[in-house]
Amino acid sequence: MIEVKDLTVRFGGVTSLDSMNVTFEPGTCGLIGPNGAGKTTFFNVLSGFVRPASGSVRAFGDDLLSVVHFRRARWGLRRTFQTEQAIEDLSVYDNVAIVHEHARQRGTARRRDVLDAISFAGLDVDPHAKVGTLGAGQRRLVELARAVVGRPKLVLLDEPAAGLPDEETRNLADVIGRIPSRTGALTILVDHDMSLVSACCQTTAVLDFGRLIASGPTAEVLRDEQVTRAYLGTADVT
Amino acid sequence: MQATPVQQDASRRYKSPRPDRKQLTRAGVIAVLLLFVLFGLPQLLSLYYIDTMTQVAVYSMVALGLGVLVGRVGLVSLGQVAVLAIGAWVAARLLFATTQPYPLILLEAGLITMVGGLLIGLPALRLRGLYLALITLMLAGAFSIVLATTNFPNGGHGFLGYNGSSVHIPPIRRPSIATTDPAYFRYAVVVAALMFALVYAHIRTRPGRAWIAIRQSEAAAIAAGINTTMYKLWAFALASFITGVAGGIYAGAVHFLYSIDFPAQDSIILLAVVLMGGVYSMWGAIVAALLLQLLPALLNDWGVSADWLTILFGVGVLQVLTTAPAGLADQVPKDLARLGRLILRSTGPRHRQGVSEHDRG
Repeated sequence: MIEVKDLTVRFGGVTSLDSMNVTFEPGTCGLIGPNGAGKTTFFNVLSGFVRPASGSVRAFGDDLLSVVHFRRARWGLRRTFQTEQAIEDLSVYDNVAIVHEHARQRGTARRRDVLDAISFAGLDVDPHAKVGTLGAGQRRLVELARAVVGRPKLVLLDEPAAGLPDEETRNLADVIGRIPSRTGALTILVDHDMSLVSACCQTTAVLDFGRLIASGPTAEVLRDEQVTRAYLGTADVT
Repeated sequence: MQATPVQQDASRRYKSPRPDRKQLTRAGVIAVLLLFVLFGLPQLLSLYYIDTMTQVAVYSMVALGLGVLVGRVGLVSLGQVAVLAIGAWVAARLLFATTQPYPLILLEAGLITMVGGLLIGLPALRLRGLYLALITLMLAGAFSIVLATTNFPNGGHGFLGYNGSSVHIPPIRRPSIATTDPAYFRYAVVVAALMFALVYAHIRTRPGRAWIAIRQSEAAAIAAGINTTMYKLWAFALASFITGVAGGIYAGAVHFLYSIDFPAQDSIILLAVVLMGGVYSMWGAIVAALLLQLLPALLNDWGVSADWLTILFGVGVLQVLTTAPAGLADQVPKDLARLGRLILRSTGPRHRQGVSEHDRG
């Protein structure tokens, strides 16, 4: 369980996150909101790239913000990036193994774990192939394999389906939906594609201008009037 | 957990890396080349060119170190000639002060230079690209001023070991097994080969993979659990160690060291040449050293002004940056292969068929 309390992030005069309070329960949770709502900023706080002005994040009983950024992978944090960041000059195998290697997964067999993660992501390519030779969809799957290898506790997926055709997005949704049952990791999915979010996520939280405006079961949240307004910008009816 | 068909498939196809035929051939070629350089080359060359080739060995190490920084990690340093000078200074001081065996002196020069290089590398933790390059250039400039006032040790006493411009300056000694120029050349080649092996061991293992990750994206590397601070400093430490050892070899090669031999601007030319040689392959370091040391010696021999090289290197860098980012070490073999295919293709229909089949495969 992830408990976020009074999380505030400011960049100069801009408040990206404004006393955000939210709890993520185990399973796959969606995090949606219009552009600039603070979704990626929230991920960057969890990854340690951005230091919040105030607030706390307790993840499975640990104070996540007190962990040095690169050690968070060892703690069990995995993430993907909005612009896919699989390492072009390494093979598929090494791309996944490098996370396993630096996250210091002791007592686990690296080769088996890495190959498991690759096949779990549904990547049907030669593990020796350089990532630079793969297509966009396959690279997204490499990133996904990197995110599930070892023993992750918290998986953050930042628009994993951006730029993918519908067919590959459906395939991806299936894989994402199976992450919690396979690894036991709490998965947070940021995406603009509502069909992907409704397909994968039991619960969803909505951010708008750095404030949490709704959270709960995905279907209910998507029907919420405030959420529609935030997304579509309908005139204030009251 | 039940293995899915895909899983079994992946496991079956993935074999742990074993040396295949291609790698064995490559190792064989390198061994033959090394033996030729060690035993054949000194027989064929005049003393002038043997001394030049010793400098090539020295600068191949310097280029190798810079190649690690630029090619592997993506850090641009314009202070490597200053680092070379530190290595030469330390080695010279130790050679005058002690009777330690030469390999030990080289090791010490490498380690002490490593500490100095780490200090130069500290800005790298916060800076990248142009700003890091500027900082390292300025540090190198500052160091060359310090060097101009302290001078190199020349057999004097005290920490600096400088004797003033004494009439009798003892030469810096060489290892007892390599006092002649051909023997010292072989010694330099063996040391350089060891440094190449050291870098090879790095790039094929954990640090090499971490550097590749850092080069592409520092944020993604951190997210993968890589301690980017440590690995960047590690790269600086490795590059400085190798360059320090090169300084030790340089000291013995020339016998007398002068601060004017290490101008700060030489680091800029070094970077240009290393980019031309190719930063993604270790062969690039050898190509760079040949360009930097053999080419001027050849021009000198032929009576052509070496100033032309500045223009040539400028054009070369432009060419690399625009058309061949992996440098000559990558481009020349490719172009030769293309030329070979072209020649084969023009020698008759039977060959043509064979070639096109090869192309398809």
